[in-house]
Amino acid sequence: MRQEWTGFKSGNWEAEVDIRDFIQTNYTPYAGDETFLEGPTDSTKELWQNILGLYKIENRQGVLDVETKIPSTITAYGPGYINKDIEQIVGLQTDKPLKRAIMPFGGLNVVKSALESYGRELDKDTEQVFRQYRKTHNDGVFDVYTQEMLRARRSGIITGLPDAYGRGRIIGDYRRVALYGTDKLIEAKQQDKQGLDFSGMNESTIRLRENISENIRSLKELTQMAAGYGFDISRPAATAKEAIQWTYFGFLAAIKQQDGAAMSLGRVSTFLDIYIERDLRSGVLSEARAQELIDHFVMKLRMVRFLRTQEYNNLFSGDPTWVTEVIGGMSEDGRTLVTKTSYRVLHTLYNLGPAPEPNLTVLWSVNLPQNFKDYCAKASIDTSSIQYENDDLMRGFWGDDYGIACCVSAMRLGKQMQFFGARANLAKALLYTINGGRDEKSGEQVGPEFAPITTEYLDYDEVTRKFDQVMEWLAGLYISTLNVIHYMHDKYNFESLQLALHDKDILRTQATGIAGLSVVVDSLSAIKHARVRVVRNESGLAVGYDIEGDYPAFGNNDNEINKIASDLVKNFMTRLKKHATYRDAVPTTSILTITSNVVYGKKTGATPDGRKDGEPFAPGANPMHGRDKKGAIASLASVSKLPYNYALDGISYTFSIIPSALGRTPEVRVSNLVGIMDGYFGDNGHHINVNVFDRETLLDAMEKPELYPQLTIRVSGYAVNFVKLTKEQQLDVLHRTFHERV
Amino acid sequence: MENSYDVTGKIHSLETCGTVDGPGIRYVVFTQGCPIRCVYCHNPDTWDANGKNALTKSVGELLPDILKYKSYFKASGGGVTLTGGEPLMQKEFAAALFKACKGEGLHTALDTSGYAGIDDGTRRVLEHTDLVLLDIKSINPATFKNVTGFPIDRTLEFAKHLSDAGIMAWARFVLVPGLTDDEDELHALAQYLTTLRNIDKVGILAFHQLGAYKWQDLGLDYKLADTPTPSAQETERVRDLFRGYGFEVR
Repeated sequence: MRQEWTGFKSGNWEAEVDIRDFIQTNYTPYAGDETFLEGPTDSTKELWQNILGLYKIENRQGVLDVETKIPSTITAYGPGYINKDIEQIVGLQTDKPLKRAIMPFGGLNVVKSALESYGRELDKDTEQVFRQYRKTHNDGVFDVYTQEMLRARRSGIITGLPDAYGRGRIIGDYRRVALYGTDKLIEAKQQDKQGLDFSGMNESTIRLRENISENIRSLKELTQMAAGYGFDISRPAATAKEAIQWTYFGFLAAIKQQDGAAMSLGRVSTFLDIYIERDLRSGVLSEARAQELIDHFVMKLRMVRFLRTQEYNNLFSGDPTWVTEVIGGMSEDGRTLVTKTSYRVLHTLYNLGPAPEPNLTVLWSVNLPQNFKDYCAKASIDTSSIQYENDDLMRGFWGDDYGIACCVSAMRLGKQMQFFGARANLAKALLYTINGGRDEKSGEQVGPEFAPITTEYLDYDEVTRKFDQVMEWLAGLYISTLNVIHYMHDKYNFESLQLALHDKDILRTQATGIAGLSVVVDSLSAIKHARVRVVRNESGLAVGYDIEGDYPAFGNNDNEINKIASDLVKNFMTRLKKHATYRDAVPTTSILTITSNVVYGKKTGATPDGRKDGEPFAPGANPMHGRDKKGAIASLASVSKLPYNYALDGISYTFSIIPSALGRTPEVRVSNLVGIMDGYFGDNGHHINVNVFDRETLLDAMEKPELYPQLTIRVSGYAVNFVKLTKEQQLDVLHRTFHERV
Repeated sequence: MENSYDVTGKIHSLETCGTVDGPGIRYVVFTQGCPIRCVYCHNPDTWDANGKNALTKSVGELLPDILKYKSYFKASGGGVTLTGGEPLMQKEFAAALFKACKGEGLHTALDTSGYAGIDDGTRRVLEHTDLVLLDIKSINPATFKNVTGFPIDRTLEFAKHLSDAGIMAWARFVLVPGLTDDEDELHALAQYLTTLRNIDKVGILAFHQLGAYKWQDLGLDYKLADTPTPSAQETERVRDLFRGYGFEVR
């Protein structure tokens, strides 16, 4: 056995790259409580103060500093430090903390406009390189887009597409760097390549051989980057500190190479716990020092920054990076995957205060140790910084070593990736049904000239029949558009480092998404149960709807309405599956909007459910604001009825409750919140964001943002500093359903 | 007697996430109609037994809806709570609903002022009741009358019956500055509660103004418009007073 592995139990992981086997043979489940945890050390406090000082300037200016000349690569910038003498875990994206890099390989115009919005200018030589000599992903996509794709993109029926920046949602298995060192990983990739050394080259073999060559090159760059900080990561990590450092270097190289919308971390806590346990046993590490390492690691994860345009910030404000780390869950053999380091990572919310990143995601199982459930609930009540996803549901699909990319997208680590596809606006699709493919805002004929609905009152059977035709068209167009995007992304902006930390043969999913679920469901319910009269303008375009009577809305756990919602998801997913995909990716869908529910709403005219022109959608799979009349549990139960097997990219629900509505005493609040989650996940709910605070707190934070620099709230799939949201998004959060009946 | 599933009740509203009316997460049925007129009531819209917006629902309609939340009750140790209004204004409905719930193994809690007194109808409800949330407005008959407009006797009779029959109860008391916060009366109430054998917990609820708008909407004369909400310290002090008598207080 290699000397760095002394003390570990043998297994298949020694013979080949097999992180899951290493974890399963070596980890120590922990069912105890949180009393072993330690507070921040002096150096942790000092370092965090340094960072808070930088945040303050950044909040004032928008960005602290930006590179304007050198495009980011793994080795583009020299080493950078915050406070070299006390930093336990080192490495920055650029040469200075919070200084943002430029990544023009995704698209030059985005970089230029982002720089301009902060009063900077792209270096002329750099611009010339990308204008004259080096094509970008964005150039490639627009060379191929059809007129119809351009119209759909412009109208926003398909929107948020990653055609001008990094697609993200790929998780490198960064743990491999720590367990094996880069020499062994390079050797394994060389073997993979030799396995493809045959005559009869076809397009897929050619592409794969080129991919692997780039993988090897990036692993060499990673080694070189770490050497710049004085570490030799060609060999395995030998201590807990090295294991954290090596893992972080792997992640750091990824975020130097890519500015994908979501750059998630994976599932490192229990892996790292094995190293920490070994060092604690041998006495070279104390609990206080172990916590310090985790605190310093998490500080780095909180500092991940990308340069974004103003339009991007309107969609996803607050600098989200989706450094998602999943915690907990259960092994396939029934042992819990909770370890002491699961606690240590959550404990950073106390040692450093609440924060939106890393995106801490607890994999909930009804079989988790009771102590851990209670601790999570308490941390949620105290910080509103945690999201929860159903491990019992996902384990059946993805095993027990999957991570979450972005918000709700599960993938087996090192064995699976997705082609991120943002989302289709189904509320707009319903309006195209009524208007015969014309856009209700512009009047433009975006889709084919379907037969419009011309009656004064909407008829349920006619609407659903014609809606099917529009969805059929939309599904085909959507998949084709994604094929173009991901072909070009692979070609011009390939994630060579992240995919170097994957197996050769991986599962690819084509991850579509749905926006406006509850708007469509309520519209269909209104058409069926009330009378909906169409208001048309002088050109015959339907622009408004008068509703006569009441209708049962989504969110009240009405069996019939739940079925309309489920059928809608199944219907659209089934149509998506009909189409051929790039690299044979398996189509999936998500019901997730993140904060873009505000912008999607703005781009969508009045809908037959009574929603006004421009009014926000509900986030993710949430019921529309104020229409859930039977309390929080009815709302949760409605969402848990949506079929995960037809929405394998995740179903997001955001839950906001005031503390007193959870119970009268702190203990009762904890046990009721645990009960809510056991009930929701036991009924197959997929995801929940938990927010516990008073509306007054948010109102006060809007007025005095300087007093709430760390106030964190969960929105669909991620967390954000409330004070960094746009005013419009802040108001949307405030107007959303708060469960507050006491 | 008609099939108990056909018995209907007048319902003000339903809440699936009740966390303060009994243990765990509770399906709370707010009934329409109340015989007394507490000056601090925060649900005066439930008073009128003939309220226009009330829903009529049968036990057979409610039960399947309640059962949708079984996993939440099981996970949290919750169940079903009947409150109002005054649920004992609809004794037949309350008895039928609770009987049906017990048939499904659900925990039942009845929130009442006890003003309905004890008769066969009440007994039939209590037969299927696991926990009574007994709202005791005051132990001083004069104060009780000031608060509710009615005499205290029937509530005391009700409380004694619960004690004698060994039905578990949580006593609940609303602390209203200048109305129910007299020190001697607080001690007298605590003292009285020690004479009952079935008091599992005592809840001290701080008066709040969240229901004030409902009085205005209904055109009712709201006498407590200028009454302050007791401070957290004051409420905690009163809780400690009851703790001094050996109660678990929240």
